[in-house]
Amino acid sequence: MTKRRWLQGLLLTILVALGIFAYQTRQVSQAGGSITAVGSTALQPLVEAAGEQYTADHLGTFINVQGGGTGTGLSQIQEGAVQIGDSDLFAAEQKGIRAKGLVDHRVAVVGITPIVNRKNGITHLTTKQLTAVFTGQVTNWKQVGGKNLPIVLINRAQGSGTRATFEQFGIAGHQAKTAQEQDSSGMVRQIVQTTPGAISYVAFSYVTKAVQAVSLNGVAPTEANVLDNHWKIWSYEHLYTKGQPTGLTKDFIAYVQSPTIQKTLVRQLGYLSPSQMHVTRDVNGQVTPIGGTHS
Amino acid sequence: MTKSPEQLEQELKRRSKAAKLEIWGRVVSFSALILIVAVVVAIIGFVASKGLATFTTNHVNLWDFLSGKNWNPSLTDAHGKPEVGALSMIVGSFLITVLSAIVATPFAIGTAVFMNEISPNRGAKILQPVTELLVGIPSVVYGFIGLSVVVPFTRSVFGGSGFGILSGTCVLFVMILPTVTSMSADALRAVPRYYREASLALGATQWQTIYKVVLRAATPGLMTAVVFGMARAFGEALAVQMVIGNAALMPQSLVDPAATLTSVLTTGIGNTVMGSLQNNALWSLALVLLLMSLVFNLIIRLIGRKGRLQ
Amino acid sequence: MNSKVQNKIAIGVLYGIAGLVVLILLALVGYILVSGLPKVSWHFLTTPAKAFLKGGGIGIQLFNSFYLLILAMLISFPIALGAAIYLYEYAKDNWVTNLVRTAIEILSSLPSVVVGLFGFLFFVVKLRLGFSILSGAFALTFFNLPLLTRSIEDSLHTIDDKQREGGLALGLSRWETVTRVILPAAVPSILTGVILSAGRVFGEAAALIYTAGQSAPALNFMDWNPFNISSPLNPMRPAETLAVHIWKINSEGIMPDAKAISSGSSAVLVIAILLFNLAARYLGKRLYKRLTSA
Repeated sequence: MTKRRWLQGLLLTILVALGIFAYQTRQVSQAGGSITAVGSTALQPLVEAAGEQYTADHLGTFINVQGGGTGTGLSQIQEGAVQIGDSDLFAAEQKGIRAKGLVDHRVAVVGITPIVNRKNGITHLTTKQLTAVFTGQVTNWKQVGGKNLPIVLINRAQGSGTRATFEQFGIAGHQAKTAQEQDSSGMVRQIVQTTPGAISYVAFSYVTKAVQAVSLNGVAPTEANVLDNHWKIWSYEHLYTKGQPTGLTKDFIAYVQSPTIQKTLVRQLGYLSPSQMHVTRDVNGQVTPIGGTHS
Repeated sequence: MTKSPEQLEQELKRRSKAAKLEIWGRVVSFSALILIVAVVVAIIGFVASKGLATFTTNHVNLWDFLSGKNWNPSLTDAHGKPEVGALSMIVGSFLITVLSAIVATPFAIGTAVFMNEISPNRGAKILQPVTELLVGIPSVVYGFIGLSVVVPFTRSVFGGSGFGILSGTCVLFVMILPTVTSMSADALRAVPRYYREASLALGATQWQTIYKVVLRAATPGLMTAVVFGMARAFGEALAVQMVIGNAALMPQSLVDPAATLTSVLTTGIGNTVMGSLQNNALWSLALVLLLMSLVFNLIIRLIGRKGRLQ
Repeated sequence: MNSKVQNKIAIGVLYGIAGLVVLILLALVGYILVSGLPKVSWHFLTTPAKAFLKGGGIGIQLFNSFYLLILAMLISFPIALGAAIYLYEYAKDNWVTNLVRTAIEILSSLPSVVVGLFGFLFFVVKLRLGFSILSGAFALTFFNLPLLTRSIEDSLHTIDDKQREGGLALGLSRWETVTRVILPAAVPSILTGVILSAGRVFGEAAALIYTAGQSAPALNFMDWNPFNISSPLNPMRPAETLAVHIWKINSEGIMPDAKAISSGSSAVLVIAILLFNLAARYLGKRLYKRLTSA
């Protein structure tokens, strides 16, 4: 018994010694600090990749990027629990957010397009037809020039940024009929791809050959058309801070907005850069051309 | 060396080592229990405070919430009240739970009987490990298999989009099968051996013994297993969400898209702002879920008590 | 004769049902393995994930899953064991005990996303633990405690009361009876409970999305000092687990090989659980033999 006690004591001492040793020899490189960005799952890959590059260039800094949804991001930045809130929406558009104290940093532009199952026989629609489809006035694709197939609507979850943008600019502010809801772009694409008659909407970067992107009023969903607002269904991706950012937060946001990221990562991830745009749009949907940059 | 009476008295009064250990053990195990109770109370209190805010802060009528069929928390209806009717989701949750339990029960009990009464050897070698393996498969994976196998199958057989209560039932059936099976097997194992021996000695066939003696004796345990499986089905979120379609509509048929409490809760929670009506309404759904598991639990207890009285 | 025929038919039907269930379950596992295994390679298992390019692996996620599982089990098992012992061996059978049992069981059917959000608001935000392994381990503990307590209590229930009486009759205190007689005898069935709950913890995603986080920063596997941010052992770093990874790439993944990665990860998960079960079973048998000298 006493021998066992002795062994236990020895083991404990060794563990404590190891702990102290580890603590003493830890890398004292936390001076750069660390920040946390939370929010939109759609924006997460961009911020995460940018964060990785930034920390590789600036040793000792740490940028923690998490998803959780736009609602979570905005409520946490409002509470001041995190340094950056990632959002697919203008803060003022989100219910329950007091947008006043929040500062908007636009880091990307995302184009959104309706997608349909390839069997529907639909490649273009008018806004009127699209609205009729999503409000349930037509229920079969043959009514809008497609095959004889019942329409299967798939919405994004209520409160999702993609859905808000689509309803505002795609179906002229109408509220889509209550139907299936999915909370992620990947799921939406998967379902549209496998369900005959399905229609939904995703960001350009999720469009693959397996689904059919739909032209609206004769305008194709291309990046070039987004740049000059011919394609109307697009939105900004925002990084929100509470008050003006300082320190690492400020440096990191500036880094994301710099050409280093805007010309590489933003493009690779299927976004457009706000600096490429020929127009700007405010929270009320008011579009103003950017003077002088017309090519 | 003689001891003075005082010394002796002290030694006798002093707690023995075993008694000290006993007190120590009692305190340690009791504090563990208190910790768990604290955890439970914290979570229940948390959900209740958030869920009740819909009714206290946002002044939603409780009856409107329970009986309304329109779920659209960001909109207001003709009377200026928010549309937070949860009935369609409550019905959806109930249907899918009851149906999957009805389908799973015969399979689970049949398998348990096989494992326990007919071929214990094979049961232990094949069925038990497979069962345990399945418990650890993440619900996302179940959902994806449902999406790529069950939904197209339902669509080709019954038409429609394939999303709906039927597909959800199929997925949940497979998900709760291991749980119900292993709990049923436990219940059968608890039936004393001499019941079987007595029955066989009276000349009953194996099936008669199983059906008339073992299953009867194990009924309360089997019921507990089924209700437990139902409770799991009721709280399952990710897998159901992928195949049921998440349309907050009253289910018209088994192959129309519908929604459950959990599917709406998980889809919406990240997209709403904490403290807003939209968010509180979702927490109210969680509260309904909690109350429902309370009901399931009371049912289990009632069955258990009935079993003990026999 | 009628009853004999009946017997044969019934037994046949039972064989059929059991066979069908095995078939369903095996088909499920087979489906996962067949669609996932071709993707699995040493490279896949050891390289870090890539955000949007193809060719990413799951090395860090795999490590995180195991580390988180071990931490969560280290925290929750002693608590659950203590609580179960008190509930079964000490507590009087009255309404308070029943209330406690009911409360614990209610918690076990709560969807894990609720536990996750609670963990987020409490551990991550209030206690300022941030998105970290520690927050995740606590959330998993919350998620795991009810189930584990219940299953350990059931295990204690299966031990014959004669063993307790025997222990007490030999003059052992109640605590000594429990620790020296009852627990060793209950090891195999406690172990089954632990394996089952470990499996659930291993595959849990919703409770971790908001607590352990969904990003896996690069780790330096040469650095085992738990106080360094890039050390695998650091409990304060965010850690995406395998199940969360599967969820993430299925929902928002834009890498071209997302589908292959997801099915590969599922297969790895199933194999990991299988190995875990086998190992735990083997260790349990050894432990049982040593403790009961059977």
